[in-house]
Amino acid sequence: MANQQFKILIVAATLATLVLIVPHSGSFVVLLATRAMAFAILAMSVDLLLGFTGLSSMGQAAYFGVGAYLTAVLATKFHFGLGWDFWIVVILGILLGAALAALFGLFAIRAGGVYFLMITLALGQCVWGLAYRWNSLTGGDNGINMSGRPNFGLDLGNEVTFFYLVFAFFAVSMALMYVLVRSPFGQSLAGIRERELRMQILGYNTWLHKYIAFIIAGGFGGLAGVLWAQTNGHVSPETVVLTTSVDSLLMVVLGGSGTLVGAAIGTAIVFGLREYLSTLVPWWQYVLGGVYVLTILYLPMGLMGLLSGVRQRFGSQGKGEGLKKLATKPS
Amino acid sequence: MTNKLQRVLMGSCLALGLGLTTQANAEELRIGYISPVTGIFAQVGKDMVDGFQMYLDEHGGKLGGMDVKFIVEDDQGKPDAGVTKAKKLILQDKVHMFIGGLLASTGYALAPISTSEKTLYISSVSSADDLTQRQLSKYPYFLRTSWTSSLPHQPLGQWACDNGFKKVIVIAADYAFGYETAGGFQKVFEDCGGKVVQKIWPPLGTKDFGPYIPTFKADADAIFTTMVGPMALQFPKQLRGAGVKLPILGSGVSYDEFVLPFMGDEVIGDVSALHYSAAIDTPKNQAFVKAYRAKFGKVPGYYSENNYTTAMWLDEAIKKAGGKYPGPEEFIKIMASIKLDAPRGPVELDENRNPIENVYIKKVEKKKMFGYDKDELWNTVIKTYPKVSQFWTYGKEKFLAQPVYDRDFPPCKNCE
Amino acid sequence: MNTQFWVVQAFNGVSYGALLFLVGSGLSLIFGVMRIVNLSHGAYFLWGGYIALSIIAATGSWALSLPLAALAVALIGLVMERLFLRSEGFEFIRNAVIGLGLGLLAALAAVRGHFIGAGWVQFAVVTALVTMVFFFVFSRVSIIPIETDVLRQVLLTVGFAFLFQQGALDIWGGNNMDINPPSALTQSIVVGGTYLPLYRVFMIGMALTFGIVLWLVMEKTRMGAAVRATVDDAQMARGVGIDTNRISMFIFALGAFLAALGGVIGGAFLGIYPGLDFEILPLAFAVVIIGGMGSLGGAAIGALAVGLADNFGKALFPEVSYFTLYAPMVLILAIKPTGLFGRD
Repeated sequence: MANQQFKILIVAATLATLVLIVPHSGSFVVLLATRAMAFAILAMSVDLLLGFTGLSSMGQAAYFGVGAYLTAVLATKFHFGLGWDFWIVVILGILLGAALAALFGLFAIRAGGVYFLMITLALGQCVWGLAYRWNSLTGGDNGINMSGRPNFGLDLGNEVTFFYLVFAFFAVSMALMYVLVRSPFGQSLAGIRERELRMQILGYNTWLHKYIAFIIAGGFGGLAGVLWAQTNGHVSPETVVLTTSVDSLLMVVLGGSGTLVGAAIGTAIVFGLREYLSTLVPWWQYVLGGVYVLTILYLPMGLMGLLSGVRQRFGSQGKGEGLKKLATKPS
Repeated sequence: MTNKLQRVLMGSCLALGLGLTTQANAEELRIGYISPVTGIFAQVGKDMVDGFQMYLDEHGGKLGGMDVKFIVEDDQGKPDAGVTKAKKLILQDKVHMFIGGLLASTGYALAPISTSEKTLYISSVSSADDLTQRQLSKYPYFLRTSWTSSLPHQPLGQWACDNGFKKVIVIAADYAFGYETAGGFQKVFEDCGGKVVQKIWPPLGTKDFGPYIPTFKADADAIFTTMVGPMALQFPKQLRGAGVKLPILGSGVSYDEFVLPFMGDEVIGDVSALHYSAAIDTPKNQAFVKAYRAKFGKVPGYYSENNYTTAMWLDEAIKKAGGKYPGPEEFIKIMASIKLDAPRGPVELDENRNPIENVYIKKVEKKKMFGYDKDELWNTVIKTYPKVSQFWTYGKEKFLAQPVYDRDFPPCKNCE
Repeated sequence: MNTQFWVVQAFNGVSYGALLFLVGSGLSLIFGVMRIVNLSHGAYFLWGGYIALSIIAATGSWALSLPLAALAVALIGLVMERLFLRSEGFEFIRNAVIGLGLGLLAALAAVRGHFIGAGWVQFAVVTALVTMVFFFVFSRVSIIPIETDVLRQVLLTVGFAFLFQQGALDIWGGNNMDINPPSALTQSIVVGGTYLPLYRVFMIGMALTFGIVLWLVMEKTRMGAAVRATVDDAQMARGVGIDTNRISMFIFALGAFLAALGGVIGGAFLGIYPGLDFEILPLAFAVVIIGGMGSLGGAAIGALAVGLADNFGKALFPEVSYFTLYAPMVLILAIKPTGLFGRD
């Protein structure tokens, strides 16, 4: 277990360094970091499904979207969530994401493998259609503009303050998910991922396990959406498009699925490439596409797999037990 | 944290290329430009940038005597990305103003940043009506050099009425731009005595119009259509293929110079309205079209003209300000005081900081123009409505008292 | 709503379905044999259209562009399948190709960062050096073969879809273009006062022709029997001596061929423009999901169902037109996760 504590220590130290440096490194970097961390919560929720349960969701943008739209609609139509009641919006966002996942899960969980991927894709597209079409609520294609961030003693309008808040949510989410996957429940999820039939024979209700994991992931998706809406001050159907879901999935694979930290690293890299490299060169898309192809081809366990590989090569203590798994089993 | 450690850490950030801040230069005018130069709108994004850049190149990279640092940022056609890029321009590059934004949603997303960061935002393409109408008070550092979606289509309603059309079918893309163009047309057309007898909203991106064409009412005498992007190519083709011979009165963007070169002869005779046509027969426009075509190999559309004109407008304003940038409040006042003679004709700002400009009713014709030796499709101007305001002839108070044009406003009284 | 309305709408729905069949059948076959969802299928469709445009511009012949563009894309599909999805035995070329790609990017970056001048020699030297370094590294890395992991393969096709998208943009630009078929096909025939555009008739004809040919090949030839055996149970097929590796290559190329053919035919009907790839992809999904993956007959039924549902849905219930496609798809999947005719 010392190995595990060592890992936690590294992650904690990295996070501490981040929170110390970023606020001093220029406002644009603060903004980028804030965006990446809000999105990383979504990516980690995808990892919860992909890496720990073996479900490849291609529709995670749906929960992200309802969280974001909920925030924007409450703020503009009801002037709700602009003060301390922001915290109520956070809770509502999580609940709404979870509730939607509870509904969609009824359709999706029955299917496995590629079929699960397709059905979540279709469900995600339904939410996109709704965002586009339900003009009176969502503002259709124009989207919804929010008129500034909440202020409850703490003025979130300040980019650095807001960074600290999102950072806190990000760190807490990561910790919670970590506790979850280490719990007995998390262990049985891993069992289902490895060999569902055996778990059924052992008497586990695998459907229920997967269903609950799906709902929890939806809740975190909703939370990410709330933060995302506040970060940009604007929500539009672009938030819910298919590529948002695909991106979050690719980020997880890039960083290394089944590690949580990998999801965050993957998010950071993609945001770095897309939002920073694109300010420098016009051919950044080749770099991004190339990074995807290379990682998937040569690093099936993502960048985290590379790390553990290096550590093993240099003979340090780790057996890399948590990282030895393949992304998923073929269906 | 010690100073030294901080510097080391900062250094490692610099090594990553992050955290670079540009040193402000006193004499240079820093302009940020946001457009989709990658992704599916890349060509439009490029046309926008080209228009602005061409004016800069023609004037030695200076506007009003100031050296210009022109920084183009890619929003990938996503409002979220536009927001990030705008903040990058303001916080890192310390720009004096930012310009651009293609989609209506991007315009909506960028405007609040001008308010929160107290930096001038000039919308040079994005046309969402309400930005310069009911929502203007929220955005004191915002102005527009392009158009509102309904602006050219209100005169088109008048023209249709004056030319004897009585019953019109409206078919427009199902999103805000479609509602605003169609709404402007319907309001004026019906106030003048015409009737819109059917409204159809195919989803944005529809290319198969098979489901819709057979539902057209038989007693209509014309079709108003707003088709954008690839929809614009397919609709006229499929309409004529299905044997419908009704005349088309179109939104300007359905026939603008961006799509026209790729259209077939079936569009000859179709009428549309916009605040620009490459076929405006004035020396100024001819010079613009020829210079642009020589440089970029294509006829400019309004995306390019609007940005060329924006650069011209800035040139005049900086000149008037004495060769310096006087801050957003003062600069907006100066911009509003200028009457510009642009390729598209005379332009000036109204009190809501939206242009008052000519609207051209255009008919697609196949002919030779400006001395080019090939027969090509051109948007021949058949009628000019001079100096049209976004409020048409209703007046600001009366116009703003009604809701923004929408799917169900004006209501379709004569449908069914 | 008289008879004529129903006839025209049904005709439109069937013709749209015909186009979808061309795209969907390839996707379905690939899934059946390889068990992967090819997310670059939309890109094949788009590239088919673009290559056809280039061929038409060069030769002026639309008829020539049909087979040539489809074959060109089939070749692209073949290369992609051999080098990246089933690369056993081709690792050497694959590593070289990827190394070269990275070398080019590195050289581009070096030019951009003014580390080297813009001359060709310097550019080539940097490219060659970086290529060699990466080639060496890649040859050293032992990787878990991608064949064992469906999800990795699927995600790999996503990565390629992004690369194809950007490539198309750089090669053909971002204008909205249109393929103009010969004027004989742009006419309409009038049957009992109803206008039927000939091009739609042509689309139905093409889908029927290819559908029947495919069916005959699958049912009546040795090759077809081997394919069917692989779809049913790849392991068993290998056991009885079928070269499933070659089958997979053949089917992937065939799928790309059909998608590109759809792109050329559909290009005159939908246009050719950036973003079309990701618009056509969900439609092709809908076809195979409803029909069941891996089944040719399922793809035909699925295409017809999607074409008709989409058409009548939009005509009769325009208010919910965004869901006329996805809602039935979700329902069918929820009831029968493998689609109407799918086996698993």
